[in-house]
Amino acid sequence: MSAHKIPARIYYLIFATLLLLTMITVEVAFYDIGILSFPVALGIACFKSTLVILYFMHVRYGTGLTGLFVSAGFIFLAILMVFTLMDLNTRDWQVQPDESGISLAAPFDHGYGIGKQLR
Amino acid sequence: MSEAHSGLVAHQFETAEQQRETANLGMWSFLITEVMMFGALFTAYGFYRTKYPAAFAAGSDHLDYLMGAFNTAVLICSSLTMALAVQAAQHGKRKGIILFLLLTILLGGVFLGVKVLEYADKYEHHLIPGIHFSVDSSYAAQIELFYCFYFAMTGLHALHMIVGITILGILVALSHRRRFSTDYYNPVEMAGLYWHFVDIVWIFLFPLLYLIGRS
Amino acid sequence: MSNTVAAASRPEPDNNYLTAGYGLKSWLLTTDHKRIAILYLIMISVFFVIGGLFAVLIRLELLTPAGDLVSSDTYNKLFTLHGLVMIFFFLIPSIPAVMGNFLIPLMIGARDLAFPRINLLSWYVFAIGGMTTFAVVLFGGVDTGWTFYTPYSSTYSKTAVGLTAIGVFITGFSSILTGLNFVVTIHKMRAPGLTWFRLPLFVWAHYATSLIMLIGTPVVAITILLVFLERVFGVGIFDPALGGDPVLFQHLFWFYSHPAVYIMILPSMGVISEVVACFSRKRIFGYGFVAFSSLAIAVLGFLIWGHHMFTSGQSIFAGMVFSILTMLVAIPSAVKVFNWTATMYKGSISYETPMIYVFGFLGLFTVGGLTGLFLGALGLDVHVHDTYFVVAHFHYIMVGGAIMGYLAALHFWWPKITGKLYSEAWAKLSAIIIFIGFNLTFFPQFLVGYLGMPRRYHVYPDEFQIFQVLSTAGASILAIGYAFPAFYLTWSLFRGKAAPANPWNAKGLEWTVPSPPPKHNFDTIPVVEEEAYDYSRLEEEVV
Repeated sequence: MSAHKIPARIYYLIFATLLLLTMITVEVAFYDIGILSFPVALGIACFKSTLVILYFMHVRYGTGLTGLFVSAGFIFLAILMVFTLMDLNTRDWQVQPDESGISLAAPFDHGYGIGKQLR
Repeated sequence: MSEAHSGLVAHQFETAEQQRETANLGMWSFLITEVMMFGALFTAYGFYRTKYPAAFAAGSDHLDYLMGAFNTAVLICSSLTMALAVQAAQHGKRKGIILFLLLTILLGGVFLGVKVLEYADKYEHHLIPGIHFSVDSSYAAQIELFYCFYFAMTGLHALHMIVGITILGILVALSHRRRFSTDYYNPVEMAGLYWHFVDIVWIFLFPLLYLIGRS
Repeated sequence: MSNTVAAASRPEPDNNYLTAGYGLKSWLLTTDHKRIAILYLIMISVFFVIGGLFAVLIRLELLTPAGDLVSSDTYNKLFTLHGLVMIFFFLIPSIPAVMGNFLIPLMIGARDLAFPRINLLSWYVFAIGGMTTFAVVLFGGVDTGWTFYTPYSSTYSKTAVGLTAIGVFITGFSSILTGLNFVVTIHKMRAPGLTWFRLPLFVWAHYATSLIMLIGTPVVAITILLVFLERVFGVGIFDPALGGDPVLFQHLFWFYSHPAVYIMILPSMGVISEVVACFSRKRIFGYGFVAFSSLAIAVLGFLIWGHHMFTSGQSIFAGMVFSILTMLVAIPSAVKVFNWTATMYKGSISYETPMIYVFGFLGLFTVGGLTGLFLGALGLDVHVHDTYFVVAHFHYIMVGGAIMGYLAALHFWWPKITGKLYSEAWAKLSAIIIFIGFNLTFFPQFLVGYLGMPRRYHVYPDEFQIFQVLSTAGASILAIGYAFPAFYLTWSLFRGKAAPANPWNAKGLEWTVPSPPPKHNFDTIPVVEEEAYDYSRLEEEVV
C-alpha cells in the first residue's frame, strides 16, 4: 500500500478551519452587505468543500488523474448551471418597438415578470 | 496468473496496487454522478431563487438557522472522525477503526435526529408542500416551491446519510472480524470518500437554504 | 499487437466461455463480461422487436389520411412507447452494453472489466427497468411522448406516467453503472505497452460514451424523479400555474437527452473505425484526430442542448448562443467522416458484409448530420420544428447511423462471439435490403416535413398521403431486411461452419484469442509493442 499517510495534526487543523468558516458564514449572513451576501456565502462554501476534497479526501496527495476527475465533475455542473441561468437572465432582453410601431420583440411573455414584482 | 493472486486480489487484477487504484477511481467516478445528481437539484434551486428572490427569502425565514448551524458542526465533526478512521486503517489499528467508525455513526445519528425535529416542526407549521401547506402570503405558491426544494434536497441528503450509516455499520462488523489490514482496507477508504462527499453537499445546503435574506 | 499471444496455443475446444458452465444458474449469476454481453444481447433484441411492432402500427395508421386504424389516444401511446423502448431499451444499451461489454476487456488485454459484479448488477437493473416498462403497457400505456414534457406529463396526462418515470429512472442507473465500469476499466486495466494512442478507436469511442453516461444520466434521473414527485404530491415544480417553469424541465431533460444522442452514435463510430481499417487493409487515416474527435463530440454535446428549445420559450439570446455552438459539433463529426473516407483511399477494399453496412452508415450519417445543421440554425428551425423533417433527421442518425453501426458490429464480431460463420450471401442481401428500405421509409419524410406536416398526428390532409404511402412501403421493406439477420444468424448458431480465431485477418487483441474466447480471455496478459491497425506489417507477414 503506497497510500500517503497524513499526520493527524493536519486533520485537526482542517477541522478547526471548517468550524471557524461555518461561524463566519452565519455571522456574515446577518450583516447587510447587499448583493455581496450571496457570492460571499457561496465562496465560503466552495472554499470549505475544497478543503474537504483536498485533505480529508486526499486529493492533494493523490494522482493527477483523481484531480482531473474531480474538476471534470464540477466543470460539467458549471456548464449546466451557467447555460440554464443564461436563459432565465436574458428573457427580458427584448427589442423595443421602433417608430413604425412594429414590434421586433419575441412573442413570448409567459408572465415571467413576477420575480421583478417581488423585488 | 500473477504471483500477487492471493485471496485479497480479485482475478481480473494483477496486483493489489492496481486493485486499490481501480477502486479509488471507481469511487470518484461514482461521486461525479452524485455531483451531477445533486447538481441538477442545485441548478433548479438556483433557477427559482433567481426568479423569486423575495419568496425564497421569506421561505428561508421559517427555517431555524441555529439547528442548521448545529447540524453543520455535527457533520464536520463526523468528517473528522471518518478521516481518523481511515487513518487508523492505514496504520492497521483495528480498535481505532472501530472506535472512530462508531463515533461517525453516532454523529450521523445526531444529525438525522435534529433533521427529524426540524421536519416535525415544519409539519406543525403547515409547511409540507402538496400535503399540508398553508402560508399567509401573497406569493404562497412561490414559498411552497422553496419548500419543495427544501424537502427534495435535504431529503435526498438524508437518504444518503442513512445509506452511509448502514455502510459504516457493516464496516464496523467486518473490522470486528479482522477483515482489514494495512494491506487491505479499500472499503474503509471508499466509505470515507462517500461520507466526506455527503458532508460537502451539506456544506452547500446550509447557507443556500437557511441563510437567505437574514440581514 | 503482439503476435506472440498465439491463438493456437489453446487448442482445447471445450474451454471457451460458452462451455465453461451449463444451466440457467451459470448464466444468471455469471460475472463474466462475455456472458453478460450475451444476456444484454438477448434482452435488447426482444426490446427491438417490441419497439419495431409499435412502429409497424404507426406506419399502418399513417397509410391513409383518416384516423381509421387506431384512435388518437392510442396513436399517442404508440409513438410514445416506440420512442421510449427504442431509445432507453435498445439504442442506448445496444452497442455499449453488448459489443462494448464483450470486446473492451479483450481489446485492451484484460481478464474482465474492473467491476464484474457491478456489471452483472447493471444487467439486472436494466431488466427491472424493462419489466416496469412492460407493466406500463399492461396498465394502459403512456401518452406524453418519450420527452415527458411538463406540465402535461406532471399534471394533466391520465396515463401511467408515474410508472414510466420509475422505469426510466431505474434504467438510467444501469447505464450509469455500465459507463462507470468502462471508464475505470479503460483507465486501469490496459495491458502493458497498450498506451492511450495504441488503443483501438472502438475503445476511445466507448470512453467518450461512458463519460456522457456518467455525467448526463444522473441529471435526467433526478429530473424524472421530480416529475414523479410532482404527480404524486401535486406540487408545482414544473407547473406554471403554481409558479413552476416548464422550460426549466426542458433544460434539465435535454442536458442529458441531447448528449444521449451521442451515447447512441459514438459507439457506432467506433465500430466504423475498426471495420473500415480492416477491410481497407490500412491504418486509420489521422488516428489522433479520430480519437480526439470522439472526446470533442462528448464535450461539445453538453454545450448545445438548447437547440431543442428554440421555439418553446427559451430566451432569444440563449437560442443564438446554442445555435452557434451547435454548428461546432459538425466539425468533429466531419473530421471522422473525412478520415474514414481517406482511410479507404488507395486501400485494398473488400466488400464483406460489415463493410457494406459501413458504406450505408457513411452515406446515411452524412445526410442525417447535415440536416441536423438545418435544424440547428435558429431561423430555419422555426419553419421545420416539430415536423416530419425532424423525424426524418433523427431516424437518419439513429437508424441510419446507430443501427447500421450496430449491425456492422454484429456481423464483424459474430464469428468471435459465437465461434460460427454466417452465410455471407444472405447477409449481403439483407444489408442491401435494409439500405433501400431505410431510404424509402425516411427520405419522403424530409419532403413532407419541409412541406409542413407536423409530427405526432394520426390524421393529416390528403395531399401528404403520397409521401406517407411511400414511407409505409419502405418500412415494409425495412422490416423484411431486419427479419433476415434474425434467421440466418440463428441458423449459423446450429449449422454454421466453425470460425477460425481471425476470420477477417484483422488486427487487434480480440482476434489473437480463439473463437469463442476462453473464459479468462488470456492465459498470459499480452504485451503490446505496436500501434493499432498496423495492417502494413500484417500484409508483409502474410506475403
